[in-house]
Amino acid sequence: MPDIIDKNRTTLAIFAAAAVILALLPGITSGYLISFLLLMFANVALATAWSFFSGATRYISLATAAFFGIGIYTLAITHVYIPVGFALLAAAAIGFLVAVIVGLSTLRLRGVYFVVFTFGLTELVHQVINTWEIKINRTATRYIFSDVSNVTIYYVLLAVALITVVGSWYVSQSRLGYALRAIGEDETVARHTGINTTWVKVLCFALSASAMALVGAVLALRYPYIDASIAFNNSWSFQVLIAALLGGVSRYWGPMIGAIPLVLLSEFLAGTFPHHFSIALGLCFIVIVYFIPGGLAPLIERYWQRLRDRVRARLAVAA
Amino acid sequence: MILFEVFLNGLLLGGMYGLIALGLNLQYGIARILNLSFGEFFVGGAFVAFFTIMLWKLNPFLSVFVSIPIAFALSWLIYQFMMIPLIRRAPDQDALDADAVLVTFGLFFVFQGLALVYWSGDLRGYTYLSVPVHIFGATIALNRLVAFLGAVALALALYGVLRYTRVGAALRAITIDPVAAGLVGIDVKKHSALVFAAGGALAATAGMLVSTFVSFSATSGVEYTLKALIVVIMAGVGRVTGTLAAGILLGVVEALGGYLIDPSLTLAINFGLFMLILLVRPTGLFTRA
Repeated sequence: MPDIIDKNRTTLAIFAAAAVILALLPGITSGYLISFLLLMFANVALATAWSFFSGATRYISLATAAFFGIGIYTLAITHVYIPVGFALLAAAAIGFLVAVIVGLSTLRLRGVYFVVFTFGLTELVHQVINTWEIKINRTATRYIFSDVSNVTIYYVLLAVALITVVGSWYVSQSRLGYALRAIGEDETVARHTGINTTWVKVLCFALSASAMALVGAVLALRYPYIDASIAFNNSWSFQVLIAALLGGVSRYWGPMIGAIPLVLLSEFLAGTFPHHFSIALGLCFIVIVYFIPGGLAPLIERYWQRLRDRVRARLAVAA
Repeated sequence: MILFEVFLNGLLLGGMYGLIALGLNLQYGIARILNLSFGEFFVGGAFVAFFTIMLWKLNPFLSVFVSIPIAFALSWLIYQFMMIPLIRRAPDQDALDADAVLVTFGLFFVFQGLALVYWSGDLRGYTYLSVPVHIFGATIALNRLVAFLGAVALALALYGVLRYTRVGAALRAITIDPVAAGLVGIDVKKHSALVFAAGGALAATAGMLVSTFVSFSATSGVEYTLKALIVVIMAGVGRVTGTLAAGILLGVVEALGGYLIDPSLTLAINFGLFMLILLVRPTGLFTRA
């Protein structure tokens, strides 16, 4: 099937070119663009990780902020004892472990119950950690002593974003990816065709959570100090969810596309008009459901195909 | 004795949770729309009561003459123009739930954002009927007692409507099976729209009652939405009769837990209870297995 190879070759070329340009960027550009882009990479990684599990299985999770915050706290606690690199790995591992425990006990909940449960989970972890810090540590804040430069964080997040997108693509082509989508289509049927649904769901939920925790840990390196309400800020869950839905969860590159306008919006609106940002976010939700339920990705694909057909037709005529 | 007082306060607060959850259970149990902007109607009612006493120097209970029609009309419009298109295109309840959750989350953000822009995020509160009352040796505030009695009266009235009137019979039929209800000549869309609107009005009323003794802000809504949802799931979706009892149970557990363990962990205790029920009895406490 030469067409598929051809198509993948184009995608691969675009990816490679973008990666090279982004990798060379810190040498030639200013600090602001770097810190803007690293936030973009973080959001791309989060939205892709979210979509990897929730998009395929249709288990809408609002626990992104919980795992993100767990990553932040793991780094904040461990980075004074062990090298930063290990602290990042520890964050990913703890995110994975917590997700396995949560997943085993709750992934039998479906629909609304799961949404509410994951939303509550963030609040629960938030409150428990906050109380723990105040009662046991006698202080609500933790300082982060990091000499990691923005450029290093930029490269790490670029790598994390690339790994999540490529990993998400790779898994979507594999047996695991088919199993995930089968669960999303009809879980009972999936179980009857011999898919170990519990195992597949828990593994993918945990993989997605460990990526979220890792992103949280890396971003934490930029904060001078953290507390529970910074780490477990629910708006991360919503922003990531909208980015993924806006881009479209049916393509592995959809959430990446969706993250771009959302980060731009939050960059220019959230700082100066936080309440208006919340209104804009709400309108985004509504517009997506009514007007672009499949997200932008299928639309882009259709236009791209039409464009290519037209160009081919022209070329054929010219020849 | 202190323990009894804590218990009593939990009971009174639980009555409020029950009332709020009653509104949500009308919307989710009968009209089949999970409305996550529900708490914003509660906050709206609280704000109107606050303005009534602080700006216009009137009795906060009078505010319901403003807030109930607004909440009712707004909820009706939301159902009629935003939810019915979703119901039409949804292949099953799961798909409808997913769409409704997203849209009402959007509405939640819009309403909360507007409230923050126009009313700011400050914590609001006022004193009304803040007089001690002695019951069996325990001391409680009169406003809590009045609010509780109001909640019980509303719940009983609602129960009476559902149990003894023709509209109530139609609504009970819709709860059991909306398709079959349509087949026997009940206008399911009209009844659902009305009951959805009534749920919104109930939220605004509860907001007025609660605002007499709890301070609130533009961002309080989500907390009450979550608590209402916990109570609804505890009672069982569509089980209107058990809702008040489940609310009281939550209030008592929260109050006793907060007193015996730690007051800053109330939300954690709520969710502990919620998760326990979800895992052990996912269809609710008051349903026949």
